Amino acid sequence: MEILVCIKQVPGSNKVEVDPVTGVLKRNSADAKMNPYDLFALETGLRLREKYGGNLSVLTMGPPQAATIIYEAFAMGADKGALITDRKFGGSDVLATSYTLSQGIRNFGAFDIIICGLQTTDGDTAQVGPEVSEMLGVPCVCNVRAIDKVEDNHIIVDMEMSEDIERLKVPFPCLITVQKDIYEPRLPSYKKQKATANREISRYSLNNMTDKNEKHYGLDGSPTCVQRIFPPISNKIQEKWTDSSENLSQRIYDALKKIKFTA
Amino acid sequence: MGKLIVHQEKAQNIAELIKICPFGAMENKNGKIEINSACRLCKLCVKRGGGVFEFVESEIWIDKTAWRGISVYVDHVDGKIHPVTYELIGKAKELAAKINQPVYAVFLGENISQKAQEILHYGVDKVYICDKKELRGFNIENYATAFENFIEKVKPAVVLVGATPVGRQLAPKIAAHFRTGLTADCTVLDIHENTDLVQIRPAFGGNIMAEILTPNHRPQMATVRYKIMDAPKRSDEISGSVEPLEVNSDKFTSKVEVLSVIKKPREVGIENADVLIVAGRGVKKKEDLKLIRELAEVLNGDFACTRPLVECGWLEPKRQIGLSGRTVRPKLIITCGVSGSVQFVAGMEHSEQIFAINSDSKASIFKIANYAVVGDLYEIIPPLIAKIKQGGSIA
Repeated sequence: MEILVCIKQVPGSNKVEVDPVTGVLKRNSADAKMNPYDLFALETGLRLREKYGGNLSVLTMGPPQAATIIYEAFAMGADKGALITDRKFGGSDVLATSYTLSQGIRNFGAFDIIICGLQTTDGDTAQVGPEVSEMLGVPCVCNVRAIDKVEDNHIIVDMEMSEDIERLKVPFPCLITVQKDIYEPRLPSYKKQKATANREISRYSLNNMTDKNEKHYGLDGSPTCVQRIFPPISNKIQEKWTDSSENLSQRIYDALKKIKFTA
Repeated sequence: MGKLIVHQEKAQNIAELIKICPFGAMENKNGKIEINSACRLCKLCVKRGGGVFEFVESEIWIDKTAWRGISVYVDHVDGKIHPVTYELIGKAKELAAKINQPVYAVFLGENISQKAQEILHYGVDKVYICDKKELRGFNIENYATAFENFIEKVKPAVVLVGATPVGRQLAPKIAAHFRTGLTADCTVLDIHENTDLVQIRPAFGGNIMAEILTPNHRPQMATVRYKIMDAPKRSDEISGSVEPLEVNSDKFTSKVEVLSVIKKPREVGIENADVLIVAGRGVKKKEDLKLIRELAEVLNGDFACTRPLVECGWLEPKRQIGLSGRTVRPKLIITCGVSGSVQFVAGMEHSEQIFAINSDSKASIFKIANYAVVGDLYEIIPPLIAKIKQGGSIA
């Protein structure tokens, strides 16, 4: 079975502040790391490979230094890695990112199953996985909380919904996004880290893609555009109420109604 | 869209210009400014760069008048409509009124025709329904097929989808199909006269808000979480009409099979409750705990307690909040007669909404409460329960 896990390098911390006067971001330059949700996707891929055989590849898109997380994945047991990197891919929104990934995936090989983490900790949209599946024309199942088994070129998975769990039989090739806690991710192995430190990885830029039209990538390929950024208005309420019991009761009721805990 | 052009000849102080970019997307490459992949197109450099940076719009603009109306995806499982749907209809009506365009609902599923009537009580112009056996359970590809059919036929300017487990996978599938923009988890939505949707969402884990437009693509798509927008009042009268959406059965080509749908096991334990009512030493007798239980029940929540109550044997240790008990983070917590020891507070201070009822106006729980209610729980809770029962809970 050919397994691909998509991973992303994210900032080590989300702690940013906006200067309320200048509107400039004050960034805390904490270390970059692998998106924590991707560890669950990697673990899922590794378990599938261990049980059913095959190869596990990882793919990421980002600046050249994002290669670090590919080597992290090698230390956990991944076999092959590819990095999509090009200045021209900068400023991509969800659509352009998904398109670029789908182009890179086509370059990288043919896969039976593509596994993504539920979401990233920086973008937090949970949209790239399903968009990639659409670009590749393969079925997708999000919020997978358990994998039952693989048989006859199908995978049987449990998808978590608001109140139900749907068991689905999905033909290969397909894409799934897995929930955190589907499996406990393993720690990287020092031995594997040593053994893979010089392993070659594939690098793709715009020139390697089938579609070389610049307009489909980066800023030009992004339908959404950020108009402005601003600090959130704190809505933290701290009120002290001293009143008759009857009025207090009414005020609690009104407040609960306002924050939609009662009709 | 467009791109940034750097007029290198105008650049005097490169080091200063580079500092303008909050994302660190500019580099000094041998005395030339280069914009790298970190650029988010915030255009701050255009504003503050004194003419060095120019934003050039792409020439091809779509015909925005060809796309009309605000549509809402009816989120449901087995015909049970998720309340986020009505909240989105409320917002859609507000947006539609500003640009004088219609509001549509799109309802896809099996055996839903009857249920579509309910939506007409909320003031939409049309409910498009696709009632097919292929839409039994949630099979994303077949749902996407029907949804795409709706968009091609109706051409709405805006598509709003609830950020539920269904909406969060269906919306990106559709957006990718139409190669259009999708903004996740919007907290504020507004609309310009030219039908450009103003989408505001938290970024960087909520530390920053971003205002986003989809200026040259249609439909504009956004997801919104439950309990963000306000649902309109249900009217006794119905208005608008139900329109069938014809999709040929042979269009549903998904090879994904829904094997079974089972109810999720109810996750028990106070850590999993969205609403928690907590009893502290202000509750005088074991029998009085029924007040706490009853309040929890009418709010569809669970109840918990402080350590002394466990030590008295009134409740089991698994209901204890605090350092020696459980850590909880519910959406709503109401503490009743809890003084708020450091150990207790450590176990619940990250709750989203904290109501504290205590007769001692100096109780330390009030320091972290959003609503510090100084009063007697025995006088406040019974009428509160009565009011909630009368109003009817929605959670």
